[in-house]
Amino acid sequence: MPKCKYDWPEAGDRGLIGESIDRVDGAVKSSGRARYSYDVHPSGMLYARMLTCPYAHAKITSMDTSAAEKLPGVKAVLVIQPVGSEIQWAGDEIVAVATTSEAAADDALRLIKVEYDQLPFLVNEEDLSKAGDRAKPSAEQKSGDPDTAFKDPDAVISEGYYGAQVITHCCLETHGSMADWRPDGKLKTWSSTQSVSDLPGQIGEGLRLQKVDIQNSDIETVCQYIGGGFGSKFSPDRWGIVVAQLSKQTGKPVRLMLERDQDLEVAGARPSYYGKVRVAGKKDGTITGWDSDTWGTGGMGPSGNPPVPYVLEGIPNQLKKHTRVNTNIGPSRAWRAPNHPQAAILTMCALDDLADKLGMDPIELLKKNIDFAPEILRQAYVEELDKAAELAEWKKYWHPRGDKTPGHLKRGLGVSIHTWGGRGHASTCLIAIHPDGSVDVKLGSQDLGTGTRTVIAITVAQTLGLPVDGVNVMIGDSAYPKSGASGGSTTVGGVSGSTRRGAIDARDQLFAVVAPALGVEPTQLESVNGRIQVTGDPSKSLSWKQACAKLGVKTIEAQGKNPGQCKLGDSGVGGAQIADVTVDTETGLVKINRMVAAQDCGLIIDMKTAESQVYGALTMGVTYSLFEEKVMDDQTGIMLNPNMEFYKLAGIGDIGELVVHMMTGPGYDERGVIGLGEPPVISPGAAICNAVTNAIGVRVPTIPITPEKVLAALAKGGMA
Amino acid sequence: MQAFEYAAPKTLHEAVGLLGSSWGETEILAGGTDLVSAMKDQITTPKRVVSLKHLAELRRVEFSPSSGLRIGALATIHELLDSKEVQENYPGLIQAADGIRSEQLRAMGTVGGELLQRPRCWYYRSGFGLLAEYKGKPLVPDGDNRYHAIFGNSGPAYFVSPSSLAPMLICLQAKARLHGPSGSREVELSKFFVTPTSANEREHDIKPNEILTEIVVPHHPGVHMAVYEVRQKEALDWPLAAAAVALHMSGNSVSKSAVVLGHVAPVPWPSPEAEEALNGKEVSEETAEAAGKAAASKATPLSKNGYKVQLTSVAVKRAVLAAAKGGA
Ligand SMILES: Cc1cc2nc3c(=O)[nH]c(=O)nc-3n(C[C@H](O)[C@H](O)[C@H](O)COP(=O)(O)OP(=O)(O)OC[C@H]3O[C@@H](n4cnc5c(N)ncnc54)[C@H](O)[C@@H]3O)c2cc1C
Repeated sequence: MPKCKYDWPEAGDRGLIGESIDRVDGAVKSSGRARYSYDVHPSGMLYARMLTCPYAHAKITSMDTSAAEKLPGVKAVLVIQPVGSEIQWAGDEIVAVATTSEAAADDALRLIKVEYDQLPFLVNEEDLSKAGDRAKPSAEQKSGDPDTAFKDPDAVISEGYYGAQVITHCCLETHGSMADWRPDGKLKTWSSTQSVSDLPGQIGEGLRLQKVDIQNSDIETVCQYIGGGFGSKFSPDRWGIVVAQLSKQTGKPVRLMLERDQDLEVAGARPSYYGKVRVAGKKDGTITGWDSDTWGTGGMGPSGNPPVPYVLEGIPNQLKKHTRVNTNIGPSRAWRAPNHPQAAILTMCALDDLADKLGMDPIELLKKNIDFAPEILRQAYVEELDKAAELAEWKKYWHPRGDKTPGHLKRGLGVSIHTWGGRGHASTCLIAIHPDGSVDVKLGSQDLGTGTRTVIAITVAQTLGLPVDGVNVMIGDSAYPKSGASGGSTTVGGVSGSTRRGAIDARDQLFAVVAPALGVEPTQLESVNGRIQVTGDPSKSLSWKQACAKLGVKTIEAQGKNPGQCKLGDSGVGGAQIADVTVDTETGLVKINRMVAAQDCGLIIDMKTAESQVYGALTMGVTYSLFEEKVMDDQTGIMLNPNMEFYKLAGIGDIGELVVHMMTGPGYDERGVIGLGEPPVISPGAAICNAVTNAIGVRVPTIPITPEKVLAALAKGGMA
Repeated sequence: MQAFEYAAPKTLHEAVGLLGSSWGETEILAGGTDLVSAMKDQITTPKRVVSLKHLAELRRVEFSPSSGLRIGALATIHELLDSKEVQENYPGLIQAADGIRSEQLRAMGTVGGELLQRPRCWYYRSGFGLLAEYKGKPLVPDGDNRYHAIFGNSGPAYFVSPSSLAPMLICLQAKARLHGPSGSREVELSKFFVTPTSANEREHDIKPNEILTEIVVPHHPGVHMAVYEVRQKEALDWPLAAAAVALHMSGNSVSKSAVVLGHVAPVPWPSPEAEEALNGKEVSEETAEAAGKAAASKATPLSKNGYKVQLTSVAVKRAVLAAAKGGA
């Protein structure tokens, strides 16, 4: 018997939980039947588009929308930012139109005349000397006595410059929604969002700010499928308010999905992070001091201040300075594990350089200093480093810096470790068991593609002793019980917690109804293999259908909540990754041979979707390490690559072999469910940088690692 | 996209009649993979679009040992890749076409469209005109020119010719056949690509009312040919530098060679320097390397594209070695 009523089953008794199970919506997605916001197209729907500012920094001096208003097909013209507004980035929205066709929308935008006074701007920040008063010292922290640590004559000191560029979220489905403001005053939106339950409240607030009257309870948001969010789709955004206004104004459903260029320009960017780092250590590898001077930009908003030294946060004697640079590049947003990939690059690359100076294997250096990591993860890191090393054949392929093999192809390995929280969010669900034996689960959270539907189905099915397809999962609608946004890797912990508790309570109600028929107390029953039976005695049992038929006309309903009674989840995961690359020293091209990830996330509900998360994260990690970059033009202030041609994403041939190992068993499973969406995307940048350095013997300081940068590094003194 | 009139004529004659006599009035539509996106971005805003889709006679790929290869302008990249005769007689052309790593582009894109596609310069594609001018000043020299020209870039054009097929076709002395109001004419492909001197000119020796009908490639039995492209991604991506090489061998040594560079200049860029370094020599690592160095020796990189000089020399070296290894 579990110690606490809702506890997860013990090892050996977990049934579906932890098995490798296909995602329940795989077929509907791969056959094209899944309906995304883009696919919702009621008759009479209007198309909205927005005119955007072509300048990085400007003031609107005049505006004339009259010609557009007269154009046939134009049903509404809405000024978003009036004359006098100061615009802080190119691509910012100025005027919206709603029209009967996409072509008319395009024509209408061209008829709108807006004049601007252009103002000074800054769009590139890596060269801090050019930032002037845009650079704002924002944090300085000191602990211990860094001065003495770095002056210690016995200390080995490594010094380097490292950095990560601004990238965009590049969701394959752009941002936006379809809004239908009905004659009864109720508004329904089909939004591409990570936050279904919270969106109506945010839309209501946004509308009221625009002096449009509506109550939150009159708004419903639906998102059944989403083509990526990665942290950029928590709010309705300005366009989510505008589309509702246009629907109200025209009395028609209106679709406003961003164009690809707008999406890349304004709908999400990960802040950059550059820095000079010094690390001091003893000859035996013990780290004794950290000194970093960092900067970065998040547009005009906060740039984040990545947590360095990363993971090994307990390094003594730290001095940290951070400068935020205000730039006119568009706003930043949370990007999958905000701040962590950047922190990993600055820390794990600096430690790799120290290991080299000490003549040490970087895995040994990490292990030697693992007591600087949070206590709860130390053991996991050691196990994960060992596992990753084994899978990457570290002993066979790792070598001291610089592959000495003759020829222009140099192979190298690099390592990084990472951490994340991932505690389950607040979630409420409703579980219904119907007299016909069908089971419904309803909750408001969405499936970002991470497998949320599938883990809910598995949790409830296992709890009730049913097959996975015995459970109808209904999610992604704000009409369902409120359940958290999908951010911070909190969804799996939240929805597994609420649905486990709800399913146990629903099951107990069913036991109470069925017990008399089997002549036992409800507490003597169990639900396994599609039957309700006296515990351990299948001869005294009813099939699930027979048992539910005893309900007569009454449906059982139970609410489940997270957090709640019993410990079903936790926070804090670790992971280790090793990149194996080959660099062509003549062309500077980096090829990924293999990415190895060893990752923990507590109790795994579906091994297959868990592994998929890591595969996806490694793919995204390779992409931001080698290819992605928001290229901003110093002269015009615009983004030069707001397209899928020069905003480069990896293809299948570019990502190499991906090897994923999930840590399970004692020490992991009993922690309960912990989120996984973000952690595995943190280490690829650092691991790849270190692997390239290991291959060519010289560091390419910043990502993306392009041929240009590799050749430049080699020219400075590698092994070309 | 600006509204336009659409015509899909049944004959070449009719098609020519529908074309305007100055640039910008009309555009020719083949596969549309370049034109349609340019129209969406309002890089071009024609009043009429003339589709060639009914001109089936422009779609064939024909080969005979005596007259060589004739590629209709409307043959798709796929059809070129699939042709046994091209595979057997022009392996270098197959390698060139294989660089277009997208099934969609290969299925829709035509050989004519590939040769006549417009530059991908990101300033041009952002609306600053073919010569990328802003406030009366060229943007490229002081701008982000990482993908721009390292040869023939003294202005006013700084973009690179985007065609992957052209360098190899020029090595093979191909000719372009054009049809216009006063009949047909033939141009050496090496002269077909031109560097515009004003934003209203185009990058090809073609008039607004001329249609490219076919490419004629002489047969080159025994010639060794290869293309090498340096591309950052395996997946669809533009080459950073490319080289096409054709070697006439006598015994082990090169009797005559053709080396044409791609993606490094506003036009496909012949390299007499590399040819000279090869002619009369046996092909070895050293001669290939020397040819590469020679090819890059006169490059004049801009502020951010110096790395392309090295890539050019590697592309030539590797193309030479591949050509020598492979056959005709
Ligand atoms: C991301 C990306 C990567 C790419 N990478 C490569 C690459 O690596 N190498 C490469 O070569 N290409 C590459 N392409 C381009 C692709 O090959 C071209 O778009 C395609 O070949 C154009 O053919 P089309 O028939 O679709 O031309 P269209 O778009 O129909 O026409 C292109 C131009 O040629 C004109 N035109 C077409 N046919 C004729 C004719 N018969 N007579 C007169 N004028 C004509 C049109 O008016 C238009 O101006 C890439 C494209 C993209 C988007």
